[in-house]
Amino acid sequence: MAAMISLNNVSKFYPGGYEALKSITLSISQGELIFFSGHSGAGKSTLLKLMTAIERPTSGSIVVGQQNIDSLRRSAIPYLRRNIGMIFQEQKILYDRNVFANVMLPLQVTAFDTRASASRVRAALDKVGLLNKEKADPVTLSGGEKQRLCIARAVVHRPTILIADEPTANLDSGYARDIMAVFESFNQVGVTVLISTHDRILLDMTQHRVLELRHGKLVA
Amino acid sequence: MSSWLSQHGYALLRALRQLAAAPVTSLLSIIVFSIVLSLPTGIFILLENLREISGQATDTQQMTIMLDTAASQADVELINARLEKMPTIEGFQFISKEIALQELQQESGMAEVMHNLGQNPLPDVFVINLGHISANEIEKIQAMVQIWPRVAHVLVDTDWARKLDAMLDVGRLVVIMLASLFGVALVIVIFNTIRLQILTRHDEIELSKLIGATDSYIRRPFLYFGALQGAAGAALAWLLLYFAILKLNEALSELARLYATTFTLNHLSWRDSLILLLFSGALGWIGARWSVARHLSQIDHDSTIS
Ligand SMILES: Nc1ncnc2c1ncn2[C@@H]1O[C@H](COP(=O)(O)OP(=O)(O)OP(=O)(O)O)[C@@H](O)[C@H]1O
Ligand SMILES: [Mg+2]
Repeated sequence: MAAMISLNNVSKFYPGGYEALKSITLSISQGELIFFSGHSGAGKSTLLKLMTAIERPTSGSIVVGQQNIDSLRRSAIPYLRRNIGMIFQEQKILYDRNVFANVMLPLQVTAFDTRASASRVRAALDKVGLLNKEKADPVTLSGGEKQRLCIARAVVHRPTILIADEPTANLDSGYARDIMAVFESFNQVGVTVLISTHDRILLDMTQHRVLELRHGKLVA
Repeated sequence: MSSWLSQHGYALLRALRQLAAAPVTSLLSIIVFSIVLSLPTGIFILLENLREISGQATDTQQMTIMLDTAASQADVELINARLEKMPTIEGFQFISKEIALQELQQESGMAEVMHNLGQNPLPDVFVINLGHISANEIEKIQAMVQIWPRVAHVLVDTDWARKLDAMLDVGRLVVIMLASLFGVALVIVIFNTIRLQILTRHDEIELSKLIGATDSYIRRPFLYFGALQGAAGAALAWLLLYFAILKLNEALSELARLYATTFTLNHLSWRDSLILLLFSGALGWIGARWSVARHLSQIDHDSTIS
């Protein structure tokens, strides 16, 4: 299968000189589900952020889809991100609006037709089992429900790539299994899924490829 | 096109929602803007009204020659003859004291007074139309005519109009200075309002960027907000001045009745009203643009290129 994402010799120094990633080379096929594991501070989040141009590489090249994004113009970055669904480690839920409005956001920023977007939002909420909570204030949600809200927000615009940074952190294993099932179902319809985790249960359970990071380096 | 429209419609909606979300704050700043705007605009309105009065006089430069009350028909004819030989003037008109008296009696309620005077107190008058000649030449003519026999006074009518004109120029400068000063104040206030808004909506802006919002998408509602506040301030200032003029005109009509004339202040023309609206809308927009340029880049993960 064609590579959906490929990194060639990518390094990332953070300001201050900390080298978070060291010469990473990897390739992810279209339609693959892949895990990134590693200790805290290994560079998992940094790696995922490079793929959406949240962080830019210090050296090396990154290709997402057909696009070489290490030289991407600033003004082109939003359009890259519209093809990707992102679940952030720090969730980034907006607590000034209800669940429905939170999930609506990715459609709003792309000026998606308003009437069609309401049904899209409901479909996404249905997929993660939150349909009965669409009017709820996100503060009232449980940890697992918040995580599912983030998933719904990440898939509502039907991205071709789904990137999840620690999606099962702080969840008990039962919840983690549920959430993995959701990712599997997206992967089955062709979405390329990238998941970072240090959740051993999740990793032991899976049939998919796991890449391990250690101090910014890939270990074979 | 329809997507462009809906984008802008949506941004406008968000700006309005932002206004409505803090109605008291929004209203207060709109009131402050209106007060700030109404001072230079009010002075401008007064100047425009004054200019209208002076405008009738400034174009035609006239000289009035008043003769001695003892001037005879022969004296009048002599002056008439001399004026006819003067090449520099455009024309002249003789108003005899009898005609002047008649006009005065018809014009105002002075008939009684005049009648009681017994004799005509008015002089014979030549009104000279000077056309467009220099002040220097006017002075020369004035000096020459002054020493003709039976000439009592020589008045140059453009004097007061010129003075008024000079004063209007000063007034216009004052308006421009006040408008600039207050314009800057308006821009600064909007700058700060938008800064606070960006601060309180930090999370939303950051997230929007992360999920593919363009800079212009994020900027737009703030720009609309600034422009709306500026324009609303202008509209309220217009209303304030409207009521002020209404009140002033009531007082003026009383005054004008005493002088048996009519005089009313006019509000801004439609053209100037539109300019006021656009001008302060533009100032609001500029303040917002400046604030957004300054503060949105601080919410930027993309800038961490090392
Ligand atoms: N913005 C930043 N500036 C400086 N250093 C950073 C920044 N972000 C991350 N780092 C450093 O880079 C290293 C890798 O961080 P990263 O967040 O990628 O780790 P991680 O594998 O996601 O860890 P965790 O499992 O705890 O989320 C860490 O040592 C971190 O301190
Ligand atoms: Mg992390």
